[in-house]
Amino acid sequence: MTLPDRQHTRRRGTRRRLPGGRYSAAQLLRHGSTGRPWERAWREHDLAPSYDVVIIGGGVHGLATAYELAARHGITRVAVVDRGYLGGGGSGRNTAIVRANYLTPEGVRFYDRSLALYRQLARELNLNVMFSRRGHLTLAHSDSALRTMRWRAEVNKLEGVDSEVLDADEVARLVPGLDVSERPRFPVLGALYHPPGGVVRHDAVVWGYARAADGHGVHLHQGTEVTGIDVRDGRVRGVETTRGRIATERVVNCTAGWASLVAGMAGVELPIVTHPLQAAVTEPLRPFLHPVVVSGTLHVYLSQTDRGELVFGAATDPFASYSMRGSLGFAEGLASHVLELLPALAHVRLLRQWAGLCDVTPDFSPIMGTSPVEGFFCNVGWGTYGFKAAPAAGEAMATCVATGTPPPLIASFGLDRFADGRLVGERGAAAVGH
Amino acid sequence: MIRLPCPWCGARNVDEFAWHGEVAVRPDPASATRERWRAYLYLRDNPFGWVRETWYHRMGCERWLVVERHTGTGEVRTCVDGGERARPRRTDRADDGPATPAGPREVPT
Repeated sequence: MTLPDRQHTRRRGTRRRLPGGRYSAAQLLRHGSTGRPWERAWREHDLAPSYDVVIIGGGVHGLATAYELAARHGITRVAVVDRGYLGGGGSGRNTAIVRANYLTPEGVRFYDRSLALYRQLARELNLNVMFSRRGHLTLAHSDSALRTMRWRAEVNKLEGVDSEVLDADEVARLVPGLDVSERPRFPVLGALYHPPGGVVRHDAVVWGYARAADGHGVHLHQGTEVTGIDVRDGRVRGVETTRGRIATERVVNCTAGWASLVAGMAGVELPIVTHPLQAAVTEPLRPFLHPVVVSGTLHVYLSQTDRGELVFGAATDPFASYSMRGSLGFAEGLASHVLELLPALAHVRLLRQWAGLCDVTPDFSPIMGTSPVEGFFCNVGWGTYGFKAAPAAGEAMATCVATGTPPPLIASFGLDRFADGRLVGERGAAAVGH
Repeated sequence: MIRLPCPWCGARNVDEFAWHGEVAVRPDPASATRERWRAYLYLRDNPFGWVRETWYHRMGCERWLVVERHTGTGEVRTCVDGGERARPRRTDRADDGPATPAGPREVPT
């Protein structure tokens, strides 16, 4: 994969400045043989009285934006504040799937860029993020679903993204154990196959970005809750936190779940409703499932991790909530849906389940760019598709913050699209079960 | 598990109900400004805390209900029949008028 526009800036200065030095085989040998403890991957700092940019939310989006600002735009007086810990929100609760087979040309271009950045992220950040190209199958259980798959495949191909519609027999060859008979209530008629899709270890992405951002001088403040945003004369002046006030003229809202509440502090209204999304993981099994399998009709998607566990995700809960508690009804429904697809899993046990918060927008596309308040930037509304977008969103948002103008890649995703009626409808490709 | 105390059917599993979101009254299309219409279409309070919502008891009495629910804890404070006015998509000239409960008494949680 060639990315000509980044090659000349690649690894500028990251080699020596990473905390604890570069991770390498020699380092591993040295630490392994001497028992010498590893240095912490990022440092703690006192809150400075002012920063050039304050990023709210220490997940993949906030950290990627901070890293890109420092590494590519030379803006290093940056603070990332999070009221919990880094990667404790959606970044650690998603099902780690990456793909680019969206429905709109704008969406396909954007997520394709993100996938390209993910492919080389381990080298970029000097941390193994365990990118695993698996192939991504979206099953069709009805004629209308098959038509949507064909539509997506053609849009994808026009944008140079590898996608194709497969029939049921071809799907069965890719997914051993998949019931493609006429028996299920919703038989498998075919699937959209997207070979470049896969999974990435989400915690490693958080840690990699955090360590690399720290290496460039970004301050990472965990346990620091934003309690207010100071806006005067339509401009951002500062941020109030539980650890004190920060003077700044630029704030980036990179929160998930809390985006509309944080934006409300600056007086910006967002068209967002927060829903939980539940997921679960099973005990480890021998490797049998290579691709990621999604069924919109059955509200489920699954993949097998490198450790052998099956990770299941679902549709968002059908009502708004900020609760991150799993429910029994979910586990029951999930199990029955999985068994419709893979009856052989009947005796596999669930290890645990959890929920994350999804900020759902009316058109199932994110909100990136400027806002009516000068200096208040949005990187929000990531619904169920935030993790797969983080590298491209960080790259584009950093450019937006540094120059004041959203780059072409995200120009269609501005907050003003709702006023102008230019929605980017991704409902048919962004989520399951809608 | 959240249970909604339906005034007609008693406390039932939330899976029996369909959620229609925060109570939002449709402005008059003939006189509403563009901004007002956009707010009706897209903007919701989305609070962390108590919220008044419209629900539909699809697997029960098939009535529209107005529910006060806490979005953090799932606790339900009141659940009353919303009558005709709770039904979404109904044109209403009174912009801010909350749906008047036309059903029976409020049922405590």
